[in-house]
Amino acid sequence: MNKQRVDGHTSQAYDAEMNQVVNHVLEMGELVTQQVEKALQAFIHSDSALAQQVVEKDHLVNKMEVDIDNECVQILVRRQPAAGDLRAVIAVIKTIKDVERIGDQAKRIARLALKASESDQMMAPKEFNEFQTMGSRVLEMLRGAMQAFRKMDAEDALSVALLDKQIDNDYEAILRQNMTYMLEDPRNITRIVEMTWAGRAIERIGDHARNICEYTIYFVKGQDVRHQDDSVLEATVKGR
Amino acid sequence: MGAMQMTFSDEKKPTPTSGKVKMAARDVKVFYGDNEAIHGVNMDIMENEVVAFIGPSGCGKSTFLRCLNRMNDTIDICRVTGKVTLDERDIYDKSLDVVQLRAQVGMVFQKPNPFPKSIYENIVYGPKLHGLVNSKSDMDEIVESSLQRAGLWKEVKDRLDSPGTGLSGGQQQRLCIARAIAVSPEVILMDEPCSALDPIATSIIEELIDELKGSYTIAIVTHNMQQAARVSDKTAFFHMGDLVEISETREIFTNPKDRRTEDYITGRFG
Repeated sequence: MNKQRVDGHTSQAYDAEMNQVVNHVLEMGELVTQQVEKALQAFIHSDSALAQQVVEKDHLVNKMEVDIDNECVQILVRRQPAAGDLRAVIAVIKTIKDVERIGDQAKRIARLALKASESDQMMAPKEFNEFQTMGSRVLEMLRGAMQAFRKMDAEDALSVALLDKQIDNDYEAILRQNMTYMLEDPRNITRIVEMTWAGRAIERIGDHARNICEYTIYFVKGQDVRHQDDSVLEATVKGR
Repeated sequence: MGAMQMTFSDEKKPTPTSGKVKMAARDVKVFYGDNEAIHGVNMDIMENEVVAFIGPSGCGKSTFLRCLNRMNDTIDICRVTGKVTLDERDIYDKSLDVVQLRAQVGMVFQKPNPFPKSIYENIVYGPKLHGLVNSKSDMDEIVESSLQRAGLWKEVKDRLDSPGTGLSGGQQQRLCIARAIAVSPEVILMDEPCSALDPIATSIIEELIDELKGSYTIAIVTHNMQQAARVSDKTAFFHMGDLVEISETREIFTNPKDRRTEDYITGRFG
């Protein structure tokens, strides 16, 4: 049993409430994915207008978190969910916390982009190659995490969670590469430090995306797999 | 200054039971005429444990509960096969005194049913029948201790001579529990004991169950899933005469193993 559902209750109103909360999480995930995508673009192209947009939209993400939390509280108090439904609500409450933090990281990257756009230090596009690869990878991971949540599919969640390793590797590669750039051309140090910070933010987004996958696995399988090695996640998803 | 260390353990809180099987059922089947209502139930009920029986109406949970003190004997067309033991002794053994068994395995019903007698008489009726009391002072003592244990003493101690039927519903149910306790049972069976009570009276009974489990083993049938979740150590889910699943209550309500259990407790039965 690697899939779950939140509908099928005798009470259609209950189904509607559960579906609504899941849809709102997906909307929040969609908004945050866009925020990350725009923040990365803004950083790479020193696009201050786009960066400004990301910073200004962050409050919407925060508001969605509060609203969804309230919906979950209402379900808890009215329905007293049990088993899979209870795990769904708990998973949602945890998921939106991580989604909101991904939003914060997007804002952080956007702020770095604003700073960069004010600076006169210019970097060659090739110096962004690694950064761009890492950014694409985290976007893929984030979309995958939300997709696995939408499908309530533990196997999908597992394969996405395992991608986090690559992002950690990407980050280490960027650190090494940036060190070389700084040694090569000390005039770019400020800009490269900023890129390192942005890389760190992407790495954190990867961690949050993995957390989201872990909540989906918890929801589907009933096993809490937080703070566990990949092998435990695999055993949990494939074992039962 | 000593450092205060806090630890959060995810280990299961051990149920304060002795680890001893108090009652056991093996391949218990119940027939009403030709109709098999319970299909071979196996269950161990541990000493000082509260086990809740849940399931949709007609699933056999009350029927099974009534096997545990042979209340089904009172129904002519009802026949029980298999084995039920209390402290390893077969309770369907021909040589066993059923009246004595029902003192050892007491029962509290859905609707409070005090005898149409005084509060005092309600309590001493059983002990007198079983020859547990010899003097007025014995009776006074058993009345006070039973009512104390049932959490009713303070409310009725000044009107022990007034009729039991004059009490509120919740008080009547506690009187019935006191009456069951008065004959020193080892197991108490409760068949939806709170279904006729308001939420306050219900929480008083639930609190009482929590206190009583230190001294007794309790099996409770309930339609209120939250009640099962609140009061029991283990929960057994019955469906169409089968015991589908019995497990730690925390497991059943967060991660049941059987799809039917999940569907029932999450409200997905059509």
